[in-house]
Amino acid sequence: MRPTRAGLLGSALTAALFAAAFAGSASAQETVKIGALTNLEGPFAVPGQDGHRGVDLAVKLHNGMAGGKKVEILKYSSDATPDKAVAATRKAVEQDKVDIMIGPLSGDEGIAVKNYSKTHPEMVFVNGSSGAQATTLQDPSPNFYRFNTEGAQWMVGVGDVALDKGYKKVWLVAEDYGFPYSQVQGFMASYCAKGGHVVKKAWVPLGTKDYSSVISGIPSDVDALVVVLGGSDAVNFLNQAEQAGIDKPLVGGSITVDQTVLNYKGKKRESLLGTVSAGPMADGIDTPAWKKFVADYKAAFPNAYPTPSLFAYLYYINTQATLLGLDAVKGDLSNKQAKLKDALANLEFDGPAGHIKLDENRNAIGDTYITEVVKAPDGSFYNKVTKVVHDVSQTLGLPKADFAKMGLGSRDVPNCP
Amino acid sequence: MNRMRLSNWFWLAVIAIPLAVFVVWASVTNPRQFVSTLLNGVTLAALYFLVASGFTLVFGLMRNVNLAHGSLYLFGAYMGWVVGDATDDWFLAVAVGFASAALVGFLLQVSIFRFMQGQELRQTMVTIGLSIVLADLMLWWFGGEIYSFDPPRAIFKSIPMIVVGKYPTYRIVVLAIAIVIGLVLWWFLNRTKVGMMIRAGVDDRQMLAASGVNVQRVFAITFAIGAGLAGLAGVIGGTALSVSPGEDTRYLMASLVVVIVGGMGSIPGAAVGALLIGLAEQFGLAYAPTYGVVFTFLIMVLVLAFRPTGILGRRSA
Repeated sequence: MRPTRAGLLGSALTAALFAAAFAGSASAQETVKIGALTNLEGPFAVPGQDGHRGVDLAVKLHNGMAGGKKVEILKYSSDATPDKAVAATRKAVEQDKVDIMIGPLSGDEGIAVKNYSKTHPEMVFVNGSSGAQATTLQDPSPNFYRFNTEGAQWMVGVGDVALDKGYKKVWLVAEDYGFPYSQVQGFMASYCAKGGHVVKKAWVPLGTKDYSSVISGIPSDVDALVVVLGGSDAVNFLNQAEQAGIDKPLVGGSITVDQTVLNYKGKKRESLLGTVSAGPMADGIDTPAWKKFVADYKAAFPNAYPTPSLFAYLYYINTQATLLGLDAVKGDLSNKQAKLKDALANLEFDGPAGHIKLDENRNAIGDTYITEVVKAPDGSFYNKVTKVVHDVSQTLGLPKADFAKMGLGSRDVPNCP
Repeated sequence: MNRMRLSNWFWLAVIAIPLAVFVVWASVTNPRQFVSTLLNGVTLAALYFLVASGFTLVFGLMRNVNLAHGSLYLFGAYMGWVVGDATDDWFLAVAVGFASAALVGFLLQVSIFRFMQGQELRQTMVTIGLSIVLADLMLWWFGGEIYSFDPPRAIFKSIPMIVVGKYPTYRIVVLAIAIVIGLVLWWFLNRTKVGMMIRAGVDDRQMLAASGVNVQRVFAITFAIGAGLAGLAGVIGGTALSVSPGEDTRYLMASLVVVIVGGMGSIPGAAVGALLIGLAEQFGLAYAPTYGVVFTFLIMVLVLAFRPTGILGRRSA
C-alpha cells in the first residue's frame, strides 16, 4: 500500500506533536541521560534481558531521580562480540550524547569498552556485568568503574572448602576462554597453595556438546570433578557423566549450577546434590537486604524469573552505585564530571549481597558466597549458602607482588598436577 | 590415466601413513582411551547419520536443499519432550518426535515447496526464512530453558565392555537404532513400490511423471519421511545430550558437512560421511581439544578438492 498524502501529513503532524511534548518535559526538569548496554541478541540474549531489568529496578527503587535530576535510561544491545559492544557504546556516546554509560555484559566486551572509554575521558563509564580479570588489572582506564567482583574473585574460598571435604586430587573440565580461566584461577590459587592437586585440566571449546571422549579420560583415582561449564554445556556434561557411570562428587563454577542448570526441564538428577560452588550472590542468602531485593524484583517484574539472575544482580549494583554517586554530587556533571569521578572512586555502600568498595584500579572488593546444592521441601533444588568470604580483592587475598608473580589465569596458570 | 592413478596413490599415502602411525601409537600408549574414543566416534556418527539421512533423502529426490532441516530436528525434540513428560513413556516420545516432524514436513511440502519446484535459489531463501521463523517461534513457546529426557533406567546406565571397562548403554542403543533405521531405509528404497518410485524419481523425474505416477504424492511422502527422521533424531539425540535453542543450526551444520563429505543424495554416503565426521570430532576432542574442529573441515576440504561430489556422490547431470 502506498502512503496517501493525507496519511503522510497526519504522521508528520503526530511526530511534530510528540517532539514538542518531549521538548516540553525536558525543559521543565533537568535530566541525566544514562545509556545501558546489555545483550538482546546472540547467546546471552535471555540473561541480557534480565540485565536490563536490573537497571530498571535500580532506577525504580531510586524513584527515577538521582542528584535532583530525572534519570532517563537509553537501552542498547550487543551480541556478546566486542566490536558490536563498542559500536553500540559509540552510538550512545557520540550520537545520543549520554552523560554516563553502563555496560557491557560479557568479559571480552568489557575489555573493548574499557579501551574505548579512554577516548572519552570526560565522562564516566560503569561496568554492566562483564567479569574479565584483565579489564581492571591490565592497563586500567581512569574513567571505567566496576562495582562488581569478577570471575576469579567469585571462586575464592572454594579451594579451601574442597580440601575440607577431603578432595585431595581433582580432575578439571572447563571451557577454553577467558572467563573459565579466571574461575579456575580463583579456585586453584588457594587449592594448590594448600596442597591440593589438579591432576589434569581438560579445556574444551565453548559449545562442545558431546563430552564422551573427555569423560573417558577421567582418571579413576581422583576424589572429585571440578566442572566449570555454563548452561546447556553443563547439563550435557552432567547427563553424559551419569550415563558413563561416573559417581564422583562435583565442584562447580559460578554458572555451572545456577538456576538455569538446576531447573532444567526433566527429571532431577540426584547426583547434583552436594555440589559445591560459589559466586557474588546466591538464591539462598538469608539477609533482610537480599530478601528485600528479591521481593522488589518480583514486584517489579511478575513475569520474569522467580528470583533475580546473576546478570540482574550485577547490572543492579552497578546502576545503584552510579545513582548513589550522582546523589552524592547533587547531579553536578560539570568540569568533565570531576566530582562524580571522585565520588564514585570513594563510594562505599551496602548492596543486596554485601558491602562493596573499590580498589585503586576501580574494581570492586566484595563478598563471595560459597554454596552447596540442596533439596528444598518441595523437591526443587537450590544453592544453600554454607560460607561467606568477606572483602575479596582482585588479587585473591594474596599480596600484590605474589599475585603479579602468578600472573592472570590461563590454560597453564596456575598449575599443580 | 596411469599418471592420474599414480598421483591418487601418492595422495592416499600422504593421508594414510600418518593416520596408521597415529593409530599404532595411540593404541599402544593408551588402549583404553583409544578404544573408547573409537566407540564414541562411531556412536556420535550414528546420531549424525539419523539426522543427515533424512536431509540427503530429500535432496536426492527433489534437489531441494532444505535448510529448515535443523528446525525440524528441534521441533521433533520439543514435541517428544512434551509427550514424554506427560505420559512418562520414552518410546512414545520417540514416536511422537517422528510423527510431529513428519507432519510439519508434509505440510511444508504440500503448502509451500510444491509451488517452487526446480527454483533452487528461491527454495534456499524460503527454507532459511522458515528456519529463522521456526527458531523464534520455538524460543517464544519453549523459552531458553534446557530440556532433558527421562529414558527407561535399563538403557540409561553403563554396561561392561572390553578394554574400556564400562560404557554408556544408551550410546550403544543409539548405534543400534541407527543401524536398524539404515537397514529399514535400504529395504524401503530397494524392495517396496514407493521406494522404487522414489529411486526412479531421483534418476529422472519427468519420465516418472510421464509413466503415470503422481509425482507430487511421492514428493510429499519423501519429505514427510525425511522430516520425520529429523524429528526422531531430535528425541534420540536430545536424550543423549540435551535440547536447547541453537541445536537446530548445530545439527543443520552437521548434516550439511556429513552430506557434502558423503555425497549429496546418497544414503550410504550419509553413513560414510557421518562415520568420518563423528570419528574426526571425537578423536580431535580427545587428542587435540583446542584444534579438534580443524579436522572436520580438513576432511571437507580434502573431499571437495579430490571428489567434489562427495565420496559416494554421483556426478549428477
